[in-house]
Amino acid sequence: MRAVAAGGERGPDRPVPDGRDAATRTTRIQVRSAGDPEERRILDAAAQLGLTGLTGCRRWTVYHLEGRLSAADVARLCAEVLVDPVTDEDTVGEPPAAGRVVEVAPIAGVTDGAARELERAAAVLGLPALRAATARRYELSGDLDDDDLAVLTQRLLANPTIERSGSGELAPSFSPTWEVAPAAPPVRMIGLDDGRLAGLSRQRMLSLDVTEMRAIRDHFASCGRDPSDAELETLAQAWSEHCVHKTFKAEIHLTHTRADGHLEVSRHDGLLDALRRATAELEAGWLRSVFVDNAGIVAFDDELDLAVKVETHNHPSALEPFGGANTGVGGVVRDVMGVSARPIACTDVLCFGPEDLAEADLPAGVLHPRRIRDGVVAGIGDYGNKLGLPTVNGAVLYDPGYVGNPLVFCGALGLLPRDSHPTAPRTGDRIVVIGGRTGRDGIGGATFSSAGLDASVVDRAGSAVQIGDPIVQKGCIEVIERARDRGLYNAITDCGAGGLSSAVGEMGAELGAEVDLGTVPLKYPGLAPWEIWLSEAQERMVLAVPAEKVAPLRDLCTGWEVELSDIGSFTSSGRLVVRHGACDVIDLPMEFLHHGLPGRTLVAEHRDPAIAAVTTGSPPAIDNEKLLLDLLAHPNVASRESIVRSFDHEVRGGTVVRPFAGPGADGPTDAAVLKPLGTWHHDRAVALAVGLTPRVGALDPWAMALHAIDEAFRNLTAVGADPARVALLDNFSWGDPTKPDRLGSLVRAVEGCVEGVRRYRAPFVSGKDSLYNEFDGRAVLGTLLISAVGIVPDLHRVATSALTTCGSDLWLVGRGSDHLGGSLAAEVLSLADARVPPPVGDPLPRYRAVHDLIAAGHVSAAHDVSDGGIAVALAEMAIGGRLGLRATIPDDAADPGARSPLGTIAALANEAPGQLVLETPATARGAVAARLGAVGRRIGTVTGAGEIEIRVAAGAGGGPATPIGTSGDVTLTVTDARRAFGCRSPSP
Amino acid sequence: MNRPPVLIPHAPGTNRDAEAALAVAAAGGDPRIVAVNELRKRPRALSDYGAVLLPGGFSYGDALGAGGRLALELRAWFGAELRQAARSGKPILGICNGFQTLVKSGLLGSRTFTLSANAGGRFECRWVTLRIEPGCSASWLAPLEGSRIRCPVAHGEGRLAVAGAQTVTELTKAGCVAFRYLASGTEGGAAANAAGVYPANPNGSVDDIAGMCDPTGAIVGLMPHPEDHIADWQRPSGPPGERGSALFEAFVDAAR
Repeated sequence: MRAVAAGGERGPDRPVPDGRDAATRTTRIQVRSAGDPEERRILDAAAQLGLTGLTGCRRWTVYHLEGRLSAADVARLCAEVLVDPVTDEDTVGEPPAAGRVVEVAPIAGVTDGAARELERAAAVLGLPALRAATARRYELSGDLDDDDLAVLTQRLLANPTIERSGSGELAPSFSPTWEVAPAAPPVRMIGLDDGRLAGLSRQRMLSLDVTEMRAIRDHFASCGRDPSDAELETLAQAWSEHCVHKTFKAEIHLTHTRADGHLEVSRHDGLLDALRRATAELEAGWLRSVFVDNAGIVAFDDELDLAVKVETHNHPSALEPFGGANTGVGGVVRDVMGVSARPIACTDVLCFGPEDLAEADLPAGVLHPRRIRDGVVAGIGDYGNKLGLPTVNGAVLYDPGYVGNPLVFCGALGLLPRDSHPTAPRTGDRIVVIGGRTGRDGIGGATFSSAGLDASVVDRAGSAVQIGDPIVQKGCIEVIERARDRGLYNAITDCGAGGLSSAVGEMGAELGAEVDLGTVPLKYPGLAPWEIWLSEAQERMVLAVPAEKVAPLRDLCTGWEVELSDIGSFTSSGRLVVRHGACDVIDLPMEFLHHGLPGRTLVAEHRDPAIAAVTTGSPPAIDNEKLLLDLLAHPNVASRESIVRSFDHEVRGGTVVRPFAGPGADGPTDAAVLKPLGTWHHDRAVALAVGLTPRVGALDPWAMALHAIDEAFRNLTAVGADPARVALLDNFSWGDPTKPDRLGSLVRAVEGCVEGVRRYRAPFVSGKDSLYNEFDGRAVLGTLLISAVGIVPDLHRVATSALTTCGSDLWLVGRGSDHLGGSLAAEVLSLADARVPPPVGDPLPRYRAVHDLIAAGHVSAAHDVSDGGIAVALAEMAIGGRLGLRATIPDDAADPGARSPLGTIAALANEAPGQLVLETPATARGAVAARLGAVGRRIGTVTGAGEIEIRVAAGAGGGPATPIGTSGDVTLTVTDARRAFGCRSPSP
Repeated sequence: MNRPPVLIPHAPGTNRDAEAALAVAAAGGDPRIVAVNELRKRPRALSDYGAVLLPGGFSYGDALGAGGRLALELRAWFGAELRQAARSGKPILGICNGFQTLVKSGLLGSRTFTLSANAGGRFECRWVTLRIEPGCSASWLAPLEGSRIRCPVAHGEGRLAVAGAQTVTELTKAGCVAFRYLASGTEGGAAANAAGVYPANPNGSVDDIAGMCDPTGAIVGLMPHPEDHIADWQRPSGPPGERGSALFEAFVDAAR
């Protein structure tokens, strides 16, 4: 059998005209662009690794062509497609000798978009059909030994998860032509004891425990046969933590030890149900669909709804940062497409180890946080930008708790007409797959992500990590929107974890389904049936299509160059039946697949840290001015421009509040405001924000949940969203839940979320948990991400953080705290304070007041107080606005006037929730004071002097009113603050 | 006033078509988004339209250099018809990926200039200020000469690079330079060139060139996105005005 090129559309095989060389042969072309910035980046990155011997780098793109091409054909391809006449040089044939050479090529089967497009380009030119493969070639000069070259290759140039590399010319690997594995015999389970069942689960990486394995064994024993490999894999995927959230549905017994030693024992019948119940109790009429589908759906206006989802892609991003984040974006966007919505925006929240982590402190098998960050950022930009979705909101957090387990949260927002999402497949509907082809990629992703990581994981993960192909998905977006509007399908879902197995299994759960795997289009031959069935190849959607509508859907797909295949039908048998041609592959009752999983009972423990307040001693020996500069320069506060500007936040023309504000567009904003295309006939807009406070969680996970909800909520309020219409999403990234301490803190965080729903009257509409984030037995810093979606009633009434007008008033909404537990100041000053600022008891009155003032047009700037406290918040407002300010911070210590060993640090840098700073025109002072009442205090004035003058009110810290500098002089200029913050654009 | 039909070709990976259509409609045109795949099936496909707008995006994933694959199709399937349309005075506008496509197809003139990876080595999204260059030979831009547009750039390969030291002078003299980046902070004030300084010149383009036109004056291309600034609320800061709308009004007028 002859192989078909990866994803390739083959041109017609035409006779070779006279004079052409008719022999199939392989040609190598390499192309280099003058001024390629990547060459410089490699030199810089090598220097950062300490490889200062590298003095030169020439980067070539290598194209291998195989076909009946004449020299003239090759010359034409070069001239018309591959070589830019202004900037490029090229070599055809074997390259001239160069010094040190490293070549890197994708492993067979990894997406190679350039090769595919080259094959198609040849067809457009009318050239003979060809197969293409690409590679990169680095010619390195300088004083380098073999070890240096190995380090360079390993750390900078290639990633063995998806690429092969060599020091010299690599032979091309055109699309793979694996042999089909012979049909596997059934897997012996009947009669196995617990020990052997556990061994089988381990050996096949099923991530199932003994109770679950027993249930499978007993089911098949009752059928009188052993399972096929495909049946066992299907059950493992369907029953994986990733797919069914076993922990969030388990019965959990929690023993909670309070700080005073008091013990509380409680039983939790399903964490997920607790969140659902709290949401249901709100009876919010604007919720359309929550917790049941691929994404949550809430009302936007009278005709349209918003779909929203946030996912994690942690394990893949740890191994292959670009591909992991790339497919993370692709996956969450498909979730939104899976509720028939048109995707309109992306968000991303990224947690990495410290960017300056010493190489010596890097555990074996872990990529350096800088490399992970750079790859993840490039992967997110590549996918979101190419889909044409604005990436408008997010966060980046660095903490040692993420070295072995970086976290990548990807979110997507979509828009759909009310009641336009069909969810009921019918007997007889065809099972139709559209989008990408199926390959040997991503097999076992769901079970893989339901286990911990260690140094051997690259081998174990095998093909679990992929590179996305956003252009294929873009075509699916266009098709689905039109197919929805024309009523061409009865149900739709994305092909995510578990591949066709999950998509078809879940869609047909109430009916039955029959599939012939022989009809699934493949990227290359050689896949065993179970691989086709379980492959998590990207960019595929599954639809239930009435038989008479398959043809119109096919026409629609042809127009948008999207591949469609009809792989089977939904039945009324109650069974999942899968064949491959004439071979039986799977025959399972839907009832057992979906309801045969035994419930879990888990034990959890949580211990509050002993109160270890800083109560004695003298204030840390630091100048407050120095502290503020250190906080502004801290990676968790400093400007994110170098990351965020590589994401298109303007595409679709609806960005009202973007990531940056102020005349130089370099002040950080709190939330994004978007005006969706197609809704320009009214003034309503949508706002997106996040809350993320894991340092608090390390001390008190219950408080973390409330702090994170408050942060997301006040970020939304700060830009003008209505606090009565906030929808929340939860994402828990935690360690191994079978370990009681991990599970204990998780339960406490969920309890905090439930309390948050009540206090903020904000429902959860969707959520996801990512557990088993462990590396070598060490758990990730337990992290709850709260994402929030709000409604801005009038897009002309929004606020950003940048100060606007000299002479305006500054107000502080909310109260500070003298607790520094979990704060950035505590980290910077190495303070051991276990006291977390208490969550806000009654948060809504202040947020309603702020919203009313923004809606009335009285607020010219607003900014939330978060990392670094009010001093940082004020400085950021000045940085963005390029204006000065004079402010006096009130004394909000629990015991006002008492001498605290923290001096004025707590007042300046506490991160108590519920605080916002407002800038309002002096002319509106009366109206502002009246509306804020007791929830706000006027603290200062915007000045044109270019200086940030912050004093702490008399009494705080026990001394007289103290300027921020201990010297008594106020000397922090906006220019110095901008420099510390790392603004990219120069001061005027 | 009649609403002239404006063709907006859509290739796999095109993504700023909807906003471009909105801008054309707001300027009085009748935008029609048509897949290149469909367009190809029709003989004399362009004759139904008064103008052509190649929108932004990542046609074919930019897999063979930004716009390269689509440029090949444009040349192979529509080259003669596009040249004929330009000669007859139909305006043709390429924005971002559309500009890259026009440059690489050779429709914007001889290949003495190109668009390469940004000097900063990465994709860059930010607002810039443009000037429509006095003396540029695009007849339909004539009413706008010397005026300014504020709008975002969002691209990874927008650095205009030239073949030889004399090329910029020659292109300028021939009236082929249509847009330049201006220094930041000049909204409403004096119009100084960006002088190659980041971020006002966001990608390191030679001589601050942001857009070009062909010698016939009908074909115009630029990297920034004037279609993303057609309402005052879209601007991030500064006084209202300097919208992209004026460009689309001139474009649609020329299509009538």
